[in-house]
This record gives sequence, structure tokens and C-alpha cells, in this order.
Amino acid sequence: MRVREQFEDAPEETLDEVLRVFQLLQRADIPGVIELAPAYTSVAVFFDPIAVLKSNGAANGVFDELATRIRSAIIPASRRHRRRTAARGPRLIEIPVCYDAEFGFDLDRVAEHTKLSEREIVDLHSTREYRVACIGFVPGFTFLAGLPKNLATPRRDMPRKEIPAGSVGIGGAQTGIYPLRSPGGWNLIGRTPLKLFDPTKDPPTLLCPGDRVRFRAITREAASPSR
Amino acid sequence: MNAVVTRAGFLTSVQDLGRTGFRQFGVSTSGALDSFALRVANLLVGNDEGAAGLEITLGGLQLRFEDERIVAWCGGEFDVQIGSRALPAGHVAHLQAGDELKFGRAQIGCRCWLAISGGIDVPVVLGSRSTDLRANFGGLEGRALRDGDVICLRWPSHPPSLSYATSRPGYRNFLVDRTTRLGKPGKPPPEFAFHPWRRLEPLQRCQRFNDSRVTNSAVSPDSDRMGVRLDGPELKREDETDLISEAVAPGTIQVPPSGKPILLLGDCQTIGGVPKNSSRDHGRSWHCSAASCR
Repeated sequence: MRVREQFEDAPEETLDEVLRVFQLLQRADIPGVIELAPAYTSVAVFFDPIAVLKSNGAANGVFDELATRIRSAIIPASRRHRRRTAARGPRLIEIPVCYDAEFGFDLDRVAEHTKLSEREIVDLHSTREYRVACIGFVPGFTFLAGLPKNLATPRRDMPRKEIPAGSVGIGGAQTGIYPLRSPGGWNLIGRTPLKLFDPTKDPPTLLCPGDRVRFRAITREAASPSR
Repeated sequence: MNAVVTRAGFLTSVQDLGRTGFRQFGVSTSGALDSFALRVANLLVGNDEGAAGLEITLGGLQLRFEDERIVAWCGGEFDVQIGSRALPAGHVAHLQAGDELKFGRAQIGCRCWLAISGGIDVPVVLGSRSTDLRANFGGLEGRALRDGDVICLRWPSHPPSLSYATSRPGYRNFLVDRTTRLGKPGKPPPEFAFHPWRRLEPLQRCQRFNDSRVTNSAVSPDSDRMGVRLDGPELKREDETDLISEAVAPGTIQVPPSGKPILLLGDCQTIGGVPKNSSRDHGRSWHCSAASCR
């Protein structure tokens, strides 16, 4: 289900629209739909064709049936609903990050590319407000939209084989947090002591799509005790 | 009661039919890469199809049982022995306490799935007992089995008897030859081509390539539970529009800049920005999940 063609043109609006469709589909609880996966411009609908067939007695084809139900769930862009979600507004979550060179292995690389000092990079990165566009790559990996354009830095040519959990990175025009020890090619500029993914919790991630995020610079001492 | 892993083999993990409902948080499906094989094996031993079993990659597993159990396995071709008796795929065996089950090397394919009556007792994490080997949770401590591990088995709902297992409707419905085989020796490898399900195009936007099919490809040795990497004719993209990340799933065929396609499997990421060739339906990706490199 493609919601918009482009993301960069109007990121905020696109994200709101994707989340609106996602929530409507969630609420519609269409028979046969297994799960939904929102991304930048789309919401993927995973379904069990046999369950869809069973639910409608095979009157139409599986796809036609599903498409009709999806359409009727999202097209009445019920104004009432739009207002309700707008009123509630997304959560704002603050992520403490230590931008010390000990954790920000690639601060120098970003500085070289952006022609900014490391101090300026940290200030720029930690004063902006971001939004969680989607979660993927590994469980809990947040793709954050809203990186200041002048901080954009191309990914490393050779991805690292192992990146420590909590690392904050810049990859192209995006910024994000590695929730788990994993390989990755983004430029690392800091690390957070927060646990972003915990499979024993519900929801298992600290951040959810649509959340607002702000980074707060902390010292090495504040970052280490919980590690 | 337990089963003791006397040898863990190359890569053995606890898997059931996988994890659904947490894709929005980036949680992969995991689960048996050939869910059909695990379901058949489970039905053969009298379990529910979704009971947790073991996925064995390239063989080498040895298990000693501490009580009597019914076992069956399905998947690629392996030499499996109970003491000196051979246990072919799709057959059930009644093991006594102290019996040892041994998986030899893979002859065809690279994976097989073992079901044990009662199923494996590991905690359910996010709705599944499957091991997520990338994020290290689920299954047995979120990791592959090691030599010396002890795996707890659930108590079967019925005392282990072959007549019970074989009287279940599932037993007769699934014939041995319907379990996963990746072609017989001497036969050409199956074509990794699947006509795109046209109806799905709006969901899974596919990019255009010089060839819409993936043919004549060998499975590259760096394949894993995330995907089968295919070594064959390179695919070249015909359009150069920028791509924005969107959902991918087991069955998606990604074509990275190298032009060598990757058929995504159960442990694949949930979102990808790599160009895609046609998607296979998940039901068919199990053919490929058994493919090994030779």
C-alpha cells in the first residue's frame, strides 16, 4: 500500500499520512491480515490468502477482496479520526547521547566531510528534533528523519563488522541508533546508554514509528554506569 | 525430560513457524526456513504443526534422549542414524531412553528439520519459540546450540506411541516425497524464476532489470539464514530512480549494486532500500531455503 510517492518533499506530512493509514488498518482488523509494516512512504500488508478466502467464501479473488477491504478502511479519511490523532500528538522522547570520541569513532570523518568542527556537529545534532520514520534493519533500529542537511555524510565504503549497541550514526541524510551489536556502515558519532530493544517488553522497542526524538549530550561519566 | 546435545553440528537452532506481529518494530520472522518441512515432521510425530523443533544446517548433530520419544525429520537428504539403524526423511522412529540420534553430512540440500514428540520447551518470546540469530533472542538463550547443551522437551499430550502418531490425520496426508527436495541428483537445478504476482506490484514495487528472471545461478557460500546469495548472470537495473526503503519479506529478491541477486529468507531484515526483482511467494521460497552450495 503506497501512501505517497516521495518522502523528502514533505517528510512530516508523509509520515503522518503513513501512520494514519497504518493505524486505520490496525483498527480495521481485516480478516486474514497477519501484520502491517509501515515504512517511509508505504504500509506493507502481510496476509494469509487462505484466511482471506475463508472469510469471504471465495466470492471474489483474494486480492480483490483484500483491496476492497483495505480501501474501505482507509478511504473515508474520516475527519473526526484525523482530528483525534492530531490532538493526541506524537510522544517526545529524549535520548541521552555521549558524543565523546571514545564512542563517536567517525566524528572526524563527518567533520572532514561537512567542514564543521566536532563541537558544531554535536550542537547541530543534539538541538534538532527528529521523528522516527520507521524501524527495521535489525529489531529496534530507528531510521530518524530530520537530520540537518549540512550534517549529511555518505556511508562508510567498508561497513564495520561489528558496531556496539546504542551507537548513534549518520548514514547519508539519515540518522539513527543501533539498538544491538550488529554490522553497519553508518558514521558513528556517539552512543546512548539506553536500551532500545528488549524482547521481554511490550512493545519491545523504546521508540515507535512517529515518535519525536531529541538527543541530549551527556558526559562520559553519565554514559558509563549503566553499561 | 531432556535431550542432551552431544554434538551441536555446524549450525543447529530451535525454530518453530516464526514470529509474526512485530514487523513494525523491526523484528524478523525467523522460524524454520522451510516451514512446510517442519510442519510435516511435527504432524508425523503427533505434535501440532507449530511445535518447536530443530533446524539442522549441514548436519553433524548428535542428540541423546533421556526418555522415550517419537522423532521424524524432513528436508534435504541427510544420513540419519539411531544407533546402527538408518532413519530416512519423512519416517517416524520410536526412541528409547538413552538412544542416540545422529545426523551425518548433507547429501542434497543443506538443511533439515527435526521434530520430537512434545516439542522443544523454550520460553515463548514475542509470540514464538524461534531463535532470532541476528538479534540473539528466542530459542535456547538466543543462540545456536553448542556441544553439551541440554534441551528441555515438553510433555507430549499423548504417550509416545507410533500408532498414535500414525493415526493422526496429518500423517497420511503428507507423503514423504512432498517434503522439500531440491531436485534429484543429475537433474538441473530449479530455476529461481517466479513470475511476479502482478497483482502485488503496487505493494512490492519492483525495479526493472535487463532480465526479469534469475536463472542458471549457483548458491554462493556466503548464504545464510538471512538470504540465499546467487552467483550467476548479473542483473543490471534499467531505471535509475532513487529508492526509498520499504518492507521486504522472506521471498523478496533483492539485487544489490553487484548485480548478484539475494533471495531473502526467514532471518532477513524487515525494511530494505535495495532494488528488488520480482517477489516470490513465501510458499515457494522453501525450495530455495534448502539449497546448498556445491
